[in-house]
Amino acid sequence: MNKNSNTYTFLYAAGLVVVVASALAIASIGLKKPQEKNIAIEKKSNILSTVGKGITGDEIKDKDAYIEAQYDKYIVESFIVNGHGERKEGNAFQIDMKEEYNKIKDIKQALEEEKKSALRKSLNLPVFIYKDDDARLKCIIPVYGAGLWGPLWGYLALNDDFNTVYGAIFDHKGETPGLGAEIATRAFAGQFVGKQIFDGRTFTSIKVVKGGAPKTDLHGVDAISGGTITSRGVEEMLHDCLNEYNTFFAKNKQ
Amino acid sequence: MIDQKEPLFSTKILRLFTNPINKGNPITVLILGVCSALAVTAKMKPAIVMAISVIVVTGFSSFIISLLRNTIPNRIRIIVQLVVVAALVILVDQVLRAYAYEVSKQLSVFVGLIITNCIIMGRIEAFALGNKPWPALVDGVGNGIGYGLILIVVAFFRELLGSGTLFGHQVIPENWYIANGGFYENNGLMILPPMALIMVGVIIWIQRSFNKQLIEK
Repeated sequence: MNKNSNTYTFLYAAGLVVVVASALAIASIGLKKPQEKNIAIEKKSNILSTVGKGITGDEIKDKDAYIEAQYDKYIVESFIVNGHGERKEGNAFQIDMKEEYNKIKDIKQALEEEKKSALRKSLNLPVFIYKDDDARLKCIIPVYGAGLWGPLWGYLALNDDFNTVYGAIFDHKGETPGLGAEIATRAFAGQFVGKQIFDGRTFTSIKVVKGGAPKTDLHGVDAISGGTITSRGVEEMLHDCLNEYNTFFAKNKQ
Repeated sequence: MIDQKEPLFSTKILRLFTNPINKGNPITVLILGVCSALAVTAKMKPAIVMAISVIVVTGFSSFIISLLRNTIPNRIRIIVQLVVVAALVILVDQVLRAYAYEVSKQLSVFVGLIITNCIIMGRIEAFALGNKPWPALVDGVGNGIGYGLILIVVAFFRELLGSGTLFGHQVIPENWYIANGGFYENNGLMILPPMALIMVGVIIWIQRSFNKQLIEK
C-alpha cells in the first residue's frame, strides 16, 4: 500500500488512536481502586492530623492500615448540615468541598435575602465528630478557599463549646515554596490552637494579621511574611466557611 | 546508522548509552529539558521519581517509535510520536497516582509535562526514526539517565543546603542551627527555582573545565 496516500494516513491514524485509547482505558480502570483508596486515606489522615491523631513519626510501617484503624476508632460520627444548621441526608466523607465553595461564593455575591437563603439550603457542609481518649467530643469541619496560585484547604477542630479551636491544618495546591507554602507547616497551623471564632455571641472568625497579632488576641494569628496573598486567602477561607457553619454552631451551643 | 548484525552489547551500543551521560548530556550539553529540571529538584525523592519516570518514557517511546518507524506515514510523523509519548506519560502518571501517591502530588503537573520534554521528541526525531528498536531503546534510556543524573545531583545540593535534609532525614546536626544556639541556618534561596538554574550552570562550568572539547570556539 502506498504509504503516502491519504487512505493509508487516515487508517493509520485511526488505528493508532483506537489502540492507544483502549490501552489507556484499561489502565485507568485497572488503577482506579488503589487511586481512590489513596485519596480516601489522605483525607482521613488530614482529618486525624487536625486533632493530633495522624501519623507523627516514621515508626509506623503500614501507614494505610494505621490511618484506617485510627479513623474508625476516633471519628465516631459524621453528618452533613446545610447553611441553616439543619441536618441533611448523605455521606459527609464524600462531599467535595470545591463545589460547596462555589456555592459559598454565590451566597456572598447574591443580593436578595431569598436567593441567599435558598443557596444556604442547598449547601452540604460536612461535620466530623471526634471523640478523644477522655470521651470528650470535638467537631472537625473542612474549610476551602483560594490562595495566590491555586486552591487552599484545611480542617479545623473545635471544642464542644463550638468556639475554641482545638487544632487546625492547612494545605495548598501550589503556593510559593518557602513563602505562601508555609501555611502547611505545623508552626503556622499551631498558632490557631486556643483561638476563638466568637467574641461573646458575635462571629469574628480568626484574622491572619500582617506584622503579627498580639499574644493576647483571641481572634488573630501572625501572617506569613512574604506570603501576603496566601495569608489573606487563609483569613478569607476561614471567615467564609465558618460563616456558613455559624447557624449550626449557634444551635448546638446551648 | 547501526549495522544489521551488531552484537547486543557492542562498543557502539555501549557508546549510545554512555555518551548522553557525559559528553552528550541532554541537560548540560544540549540544554534540553531544563524547565522540569528546575521545578522538581528541591527535594531528592521527587527528583528520583521524576528521573525514573523520564527514563521509562524516553526508553519506551524510542523503542515503540523505532518498531513503527517503517509504517509511520511521513506527513503525520510528529503527531504519531506525540500520541505515543502522551500515552506513555499518562500511564506513568496513573501508576504513580496509584502506587506513589505522596510523590505524585509533589510532582503535580510536571509528570504530565514530560510530554513536552524536548529530550524525548529530540531523541525520537534524531535517532529512533532511523534505527532499529534495540539501539533506540538503549539511546532512549541513556538519555533518560543523563537527564536523571543531573536532576539528582542538583536535588542533592538543593535539599542539603536548602532544608538540611536528605530524603527527608535530618543530615545537618540540629545543634548547629541558630535557633538551637548554633551558627548555621538553611539557605532559603536554595529552595527557590532560580537556584536550580544556577546549580545547573555550575555543573556545566565544572563539566566543561574537565572536557575541553565541549567548549565552543
